[in-house]
Amino acid sequence: LCSSKSYAPAYHLILEGILILWIIRLLFSKTYKLHETYKLTEKEKEDLIEEWQPEPLVPPVSKDHPSLNYDIVTGPPSHKIIINGKECTNFASFNFLGLLDNERVKQKALASLKKYGVGTCGPRGFYGTFDVHLELESRLARFMKTEEAIIYSYGFATIASAIPAYSKRGDIIFVDEAACFSIQKGLQASRSFIKYFKHNDMEDLERLLKEQELEDQRNPRKARVTRKFIVVEGLYINTADICPLPELVELKYKYKVRIFLEESLSFGVLGEHGRGVTEHYGVNIDDIDLISANMENAVASIGGFCCGRSFVIDHQRLSGQGYCFSASLPPMLAAAAIEALNIMEEDPDIFAVLRKKCKHVYKALQGTPGLKLVGVPFAPALHLQLERSSGSRDSDMQLLRSLVDYCLEGQVALTLARYLEKEERFLPPPR
Amino acid sequence: ECTDFHQHIQLLPYLAVKSSLCVTRLYSRPFIESFEETPMLVAVLTYMGYGILTIFGYLRDFLRHWKIERCHIAREREVQKDFVPLYQDFENFYTRNLYMRIRDNWNRPICSVPGAKMDLMERASHDYNWTFEYTGRVVQDVINLGSYNYLGFAENTGPCADSAAEVTMKYGVGVASTRQETGNLDRHEEMEKLVAKFLGVESAMAFGMGFATNSMNIPALAGKGCLILSDELNHASLVLGARLSGSIIRVFKHNNMQSLEKLLREAIVHGQPRTHRPWKKILIVVEGIYSMEGSIVHLPEVIALKKHYRAYLYLDEAHSIGALGPRGRGVVDYFGLDPCDVDVMMGTFTKSFGAAGGYIAGKRLIEYLRSHSHSAVYATSMSPPVVEQIITSMKCIMGEDGTAIGRERVRQLAENTVYFRKRLREMGFIIYGNNDSPVIPMMLYMPAKIGAFGREMLKRNIGVVVVGFPATPIIESRARFCISAAHTKDMLNRALSVISEVGDLLQLKYSRHRIQPSLARPFDDNVYEDIDD
Repeated sequence: LCSSKSYAPAYHLILEGILILWIIRLLFSKTYKLHETYKLTEKEKEDLIEEWQPEPLVPPVSKDHPSLNYDIVTGPPSHKIIINGKECTNFASFNFLGLLDNERVKQKALASLKKYGVGTCGPRGFYGTFDVHLELESRLARFMKTEEAIIYSYGFATIASAIPAYSKRGDIIFVDEAACFSIQKGLQASRSFIKYFKHNDMEDLERLLKEQELEDQRNPRKARVTRKFIVVEGLYINTADICPLPELVELKYKYKVRIFLEESLSFGVLGEHGRGVTEHYGVNIDDIDLISANMENAVASIGGFCCGRSFVIDHQRLSGQGYCFSASLPPMLAAAAIEALNIMEEDPDIFAVLRKKCKHVYKALQGTPGLKLVGVPFAPALHLQLERSSGSRDSDMQLLRSLVDYCLEGQVALTLARYLEKEERFLPPPR
Repeated sequence: ECTDFHQHIQLLPYLAVKSSLCVTRLYSRPFIESFEETPMLVAVLTYMGYGILTIFGYLRDFLRHWKIERCHIAREREVQKDFVPLYQDFENFYTRNLYMRIRDNWNRPICSVPGAKMDLMERASHDYNWTFEYTGRVVQDVINLGSYNYLGFAENTGPCADSAAEVTMKYGVGVASTRQETGNLDRHEEMEKLVAKFLGVESAMAFGMGFATNSMNIPALAGKGCLILSDELNHASLVLGARLSGSIIRVFKHNNMQSLEKLLREAIVHGQPRTHRPWKKILIVVEGIYSMEGSIVHLPEVIALKKHYRAYLYLDEAHSIGALGPRGRGVVDYFGLDPCDVDVMMGTFTKSFGAAGGYIAGKRLIEYLRSHSHSAVYATSMSPPVVEQIITSMKCIMGEDGTAIGRERVRQLAENTVYFRKRLREMGFIIYGNNDSPVIPMMLYMPAKIGAFGREMLKRNIGVVVVGFPATPIIESRARFCISAAHTKDMLNRALSVISEVGDLLQLKYSRHRIQPSLARPFDDNVYEDIDD
């Protein structure tokens, strides 16, 4: 025993002794708190609360802010419109097929009002589903030759609820720079990675897709769960030109991304039967994963819809925020939409008439001195932009506003395209 | 222990509301809310029920995967099979295995006015709710306890419908333009003036969709560098609006004023996270009536706090406008407060006015919104007949059309609410919420009872709304009744007797604090006596 004890080296015992003393010191010392330095007394807190002054809830708006004074329209907003007391020919509303004034549509809406009243008093899940809604959904699906359609009660909310239902945090979305504001809000709500490509530039998009492919090869596990989407519009509202859909479909199969197509301006306008950009190009509609449109332009009603395969659309019935948490579309508006669809199906010639008129206007406006015409010949909504900008957006806007006023004097109603300057990602020039 | 708590009055712990006001003086009438605690046995059984369903769910998924069981779910295209899957399997577990079993209680299509009585389209399913087919028969005269029809304006005859019809023929149905372009009709301007007068504020602005009103205007009011304090149980539109605004969001416990005050103090004292710069503004977001709980916001206390700490108040009166208050002007009227104290009053026209859309009202606020709101710039304006319905119904409630119908309806709604709640409580059901709120959640708890309750009530010709996870916490599934001024006493009595019958059948009378029945009823051995607090 003696020998084993003396065998333990002295430095070992000393080291262990120091260790034990260190542990005892640590156990009894005060814990180091990061916020120790921030402890404020009650008096100091009260003082801070007294001193704090918030900003006013909203910044004051000057009385002559251009967007403040609305033009008041009395009477129905159809081909002849009465703005501020003056009757003008209406070149400002999105009434492409002229159905705002149609007697048949109004009669159907009236009949629906007499049967169902005005409001639905509930969301779709809780006795807010009317047979009119189901009928409209099946008619839209049949018209667009897809499996299923879903209706929203507000056009803006349609694509803004559809995108976040599929694309979550960590997914990647490739969007055109000229995407409209509701798409931007949908992208913001989805919290995914957004990659913008130059307007209608397929090479730029391909470059981005290739980069993403390289990323995927570096990290295959993550790539297997990252969904990728391309969001484009059929007819862009900001530039009035059309997206190159066949090339997009090629890119889709090459890089395995899904396509969401927003057809607000092109539904009921392009294509032989008005089915939109897919019919215009002859693309198989099953190649597009989701088509979203609002019924507020050609189909002169209110609301929006999405159509596509059941696999895709059914998901929105439980996870589309604007669908589940909001009251359904008033039945009279749905009935008006059904009647408008009836008219569109019965008389496919109106689309040819519309295209002819668009071409006519396009040719007539092309030579205007000082103004540049933005858009394709068959676009029903065209932009007139100043050829030479004066450098300041405000003075450009004022010049355009005086142009609009001058036209109003001449009994032609035009409108300034409105944008929220601070919120838009890529602000289009004044037009 | 299992005591329920009747929240009569609460004193704020900090001396924030400086001595002058004791909280009792803030409330001019008794404020009685109750949220009885879940009985222990019921909670255990509910968890067991969910556990069994989950096990079965895994089993079924396994069978479906190995193709032993036929799969009804829609599938991806063959051509796109090698794309990244659109949905993760586990995301839809709940939908596939629990929701599908009782899916027939939701999305029931109706084919009449959603008034006090409605007609349902009969649906049948031969493959356990995966697909439905319509038999073509119509179930007539189902008592409607589900639609948000508080003042009974969902009707297809009468002055509202007539004026809406006139406007349809004159103006058409669509507008096809935004508010700032050519979509601003004279009817819109008139409606906004009327809404401002109704609420007692300076000016108002209306939008086409209630959900969009919140999600598009909160970003215009709050931005980076601001703080939003929102209630735990706020509606999805408020949460989305707060997220889109880019401000910091902090959540306080439901209707808990101490929690709110603590957050306010901390926020002002410590400033923004990490940089400690002072906040630009603080916005408190609350709702008038919370539709899943039936509780009413403690508005006098919130206003006292807001004034002391100089925060701004955003009040979402989606369910309470028209439904509360002696004149039907909402929760501000109910408490007898000054509407100018609330900075932003928001509400919807869907519930009490029988139309669609939302509004925002306030002082000095509307000019900014008219020029900077997303909806005014990019979204189509409201449809003319809907606008007309709002104008007529609002005039009716205010009494400006020369009749007393509006006042009568408001009174009828209050009477119906108090009666229905009292009788349900007497029968022994657990009811949540304030005594005066027309939204009445009745607890069911167990998952099987959700489906059974909905179906049994429909068999007896009464349409109710049942809600489960994820709209409510997992064990607190409930049935929700919405009382309307259009319900007559007979309808209510019939509904109550049927609810009692189904309650006995499914053993839903969980409450252990039953009110002593009146002496007129015969003595019943099963009645428990009131427990003294």
